[in-house]
Amino acid sequence: MNSLIFSTISRLLVGLMLLFSVFLLWRGHNEPGGGFIGGLVAAAGIIVYGLAEGPAMMRKLLRVNPRTLVLIGLLTAMFAGILPLLQDNAFLTGMWMFIGATATDKGLALGTPLIFDIGVYLVVVGGVAGMVIALEEEL
Amino acid sequence: MPAEISPQTNAYSNSEIRQGINNSAKIAFACALASAIAFFVAYLSQISTISAEIPWTFNTQWVPRLGVELAFRVDGLSLLFGLLISGIGILVVIYSYGYFKAHKSHDRLQWLLLAFMLSMLGLVSSDNIILLFIFWELTTITSFLLVGFDHENSNARRSALQALLVTGGGGLALLVGLIMLAQASGTYLLSEIIAAGPAIAEHEHYPVILTLILLGAFTKSAQFPFHFWLPNAMAAPSPVSAYLHSATMVKAGIYLMMRLQPSLGGTEEWFYALSIAGGITAVWSSMMALKQNDLKLMLAWTTVMALGTITLFLASNLQIAALAAVTFLVVHAFYKCALFLVIGNVDKSTGTRDFNKLGSLVRFMPITTVGAVLAALSMAGIPPFLGFIGKELKYEGALALAEQPWLIVATAVAANAMMVAIALTFIFRVFLGGQSTITREPKEVSVLMWIGPVLLATAGLLSGIFPDLIAQSFIQPAVSSILATSSEVKLSLWHGVNGPLILSVITVAIGTLLFFKLNLVSQAINNLVEKLPVISDNAYEVLLNGTQSLASGLTNRLQTGSLSHYLTIVFSVFVVSVTATLLYQPVAMNFTNLTAVTPLIALVVIFMMGAALVLAFSNTRLLSICALGVVGSGVAVLFLVFGAIDVAITQLMVETLFVVLIATVLIKLPRFPEQKNSAKGRGYRDAFIAIAAGVVMTIITLGVSLTPLDMTVTEFFEANSLVKAYGRNIVNVILVDFRALDTLGEVAVVATAAMAVIALVKVRVHPQGPHS
Repeated sequence: MNSLIFSTISRLLVGLMLLFSVFLLWRGHNEPGGGFIGGLVAAAGIIVYGLAEGPAMMRKLLRVNPRTLVLIGLLTAMFAGILPLLQDNAFLTGMWMFIGATATDKGLALGTPLIFDIGVYLVVVGGVAGMVIALEEEL
Repeated sequence: MPAEISPQTNAYSNSEIRQGINNSAKIAFACALASAIAFFVAYLSQISTISAEIPWTFNTQWVPRLGVELAFRVDGLSLLFGLLISGIGILVVIYSYGYFKAHKSHDRLQWLLLAFMLSMLGLVSSDNIILLFIFWELTTITSFLLVGFDHENSNARRSALQALLVTGGGGLALLVGLIMLAQASGTYLLSEIIAAGPAIAEHEHYPVILTLILLGAFTKSAQFPFHFWLPNAMAAPSPVSAYLHSATMVKAGIYLMMRLQPSLGGTEEWFYALSIAGGITAVWSSMMALKQNDLKLMLAWTTVMALGTITLFLASNLQIAALAAVTFLVVHAFYKCALFLVIGNVDKSTGTRDFNKLGSLVRFMPITTVGAVLAALSMAGIPPFLGFIGKELKYEGALALAEQPWLIVATAVAANAMMVAIALTFIFRVFLGGQSTITREPKEVSVLMWIGPVLLATAGLLSGIFPDLIAQSFIQPAVSSILATSSEVKLSLWHGVNGPLILSVITVAIGTLLFFKLNLVSQAINNLVEKLPVISDNAYEVLLNGTQSLASGLTNRLQTGSLSHYLTIVFSVFVVSVTATLLYQPVAMNFTNLTAVTPLIALVVIFMMGAALVLAFSNTRLLSICALGVVGSGVAVLFLVFGAIDVAITQLMVETLFVVLIATVLIKLPRFPEQKNSAKGRGYRDAFIAIAAGVVMTIITLGVSLTPLDMTVTEFFEANSLVKAYGRNIVNVILVDFRALDTLGEVAVVATAAMAVIALVKVRVHPQGPHS
């Protein structure tokens, strides 16, 4: 689509949507959001950009092959599952650490579910973006 | 008539390029030989303890949740089988080294023999019945590979497949039977099932259990009407046949029947099932053996006969019958293996196995002849060979039976007389007499290839002269295991002039007569066989072809490749099956508890219905997609109204991406094809299916929302989401923590689907096909 307006807006949008997707991913554990939704939003942003600029620019934006992204996502999710095994917990048990915790406040809670969610996010982004890129390139 | 296997010419020495023995074959040979010897020695070392009725056991957990343990138990019966399997294994491995010297797949054969031997040893040593079944199936698979060893030959492939299907099918029945047996007796340990004795016969499922287990045993041990696969399995190379027939594969079913006799035996059902199947098998197969020209096929049929005889004797639970069965098992293992190896030598040396073309081989192959004649005499049951003792015991056992003794005696005499005729054919038509018509001069084989038959034949002679060599150490413990009580066993050559001896004389007389009139006899049998309407092998063929054409017919009807056809089928099945269930189990429709419809919801639903109508009547793809998007977004709004924010966001995102994705593709496709008149009917049909699916779905939804929900799981998640998983968003906590394994699976599916789409899109279809 050779529209200057769309092209300009899309560049603005993609940044905002990617930012928003990370925000969704991060807040997912407590508020609506999460890796799957975040991944879909990120993919939507990338697709908007791709509709304006073409598949080659989409690849450039992703920097890595979308299939690699899917693979990294799967491995990340698996990693979140394997980590607890090292401490004799069942596969995929949630493990947490609380940075700066006080008696009343949990502080910054970081856990393997977040790693898992990042894996989900990457799979969704890579999968959807990969399909769209393939379709755009071949049709 | 079963498929004849044409006498195969010397395929292994001349046609193959002589590349010498490569190193991989040497390694395989060394491993197989070392394992066989190690097991043989290990079994030998246990003789004294096991014959004192102290079994060797080994237990360790394997799959504790399913009650499957690696439980091994070697008692008298297992010991006997173990010694036969490993001992004959040693000789067969050595023989194969000579036989396959120049064969390009020599190493594969040795590995297969080793795998097969280990499976058999596992089978006869398992105490857990699931473990037993696993080894049972391993023998099926390894024997499939062995029978089909010569895989470039279509006949070998057919025979291997037949063996696999028949024994594998029986294996499935066996699995069900074994599980039912375990459920009925409350334990998966064979030793405990047997210790419980014949109590199982009182169980209400006894007839089913018995039928299923016997199906497994009969198919494996080639009992009528499943006997046909065994002679066809002659497509295997001679040493493989020797091993499969003498000690292993086909004896697995016999082993199972022997093993389970204390538990399942002793009933009328057991007696009649085994005696009828065994009797028919024995007589029929000895007749079939008489009409063969191919020595190997002749031997194959005598194996079926031997299996039938053993089955016949296992029908009764008398000690003498068990003794007869065990002794004959040993006799048969010795002479049958020797004879098959001898046939291998003859085939290799002369290039034929047709006894009409062979004669006076003693002049060329003196050592092989010694082995052949000794083994054949044991087969004929001539004193002082072990075969004689075996035959006497059979007659004694038959005479001792309470029910139908004369019928069984007649069966045994008939089968043995034909055995005598076949043994005489071997001795006087092939080795000591007869006219040879082959052109080339046969040579004696190497020591590797005559040591096996000679040793085995000598074993048959020595154990006949000195029966105490095997009576107390092997036979007695095995008989005790079969009967599950301590038994005293005595074997001797001379019993005085009694019933069995007179029967023996009659047997030899009839056998000799049959030998002299062999041509007449085989002619008569041929005539008889041609008059029979159904032969098992043909029935197998019809069944197999029928299954295949049914499968391909069904597949062609269902898998048309048209997406709309698939959807038609899916939704039709959905409507029909759910409607049937609803009629069968009506759902109480109580509408008083439904949520009130607010104006917002009404508005959204009207929008969705309008969009659906647009979708149904639209003429362009783009319009259809947009309408579909409106319906999906409407659903998202409904989710939002009811508080399922995460689901709503996901639905909205998916819907948006879906429209974008589909639009990317569809915008490049042509408009819908014009609706032709002929397609009108299809439109109505599709409309009907769509409406029916909608109605059924509505009823289900109403039914579900009107049924009180079990909130236990929900309450658990609500209570523990924050406390245990540190998250307030329950949906997400479920996804990434409580049920993270499910999510992992789903993500893997997403990844796979995406890869598949990318791969499909990237395939370039050229006019000459997708591969260029």
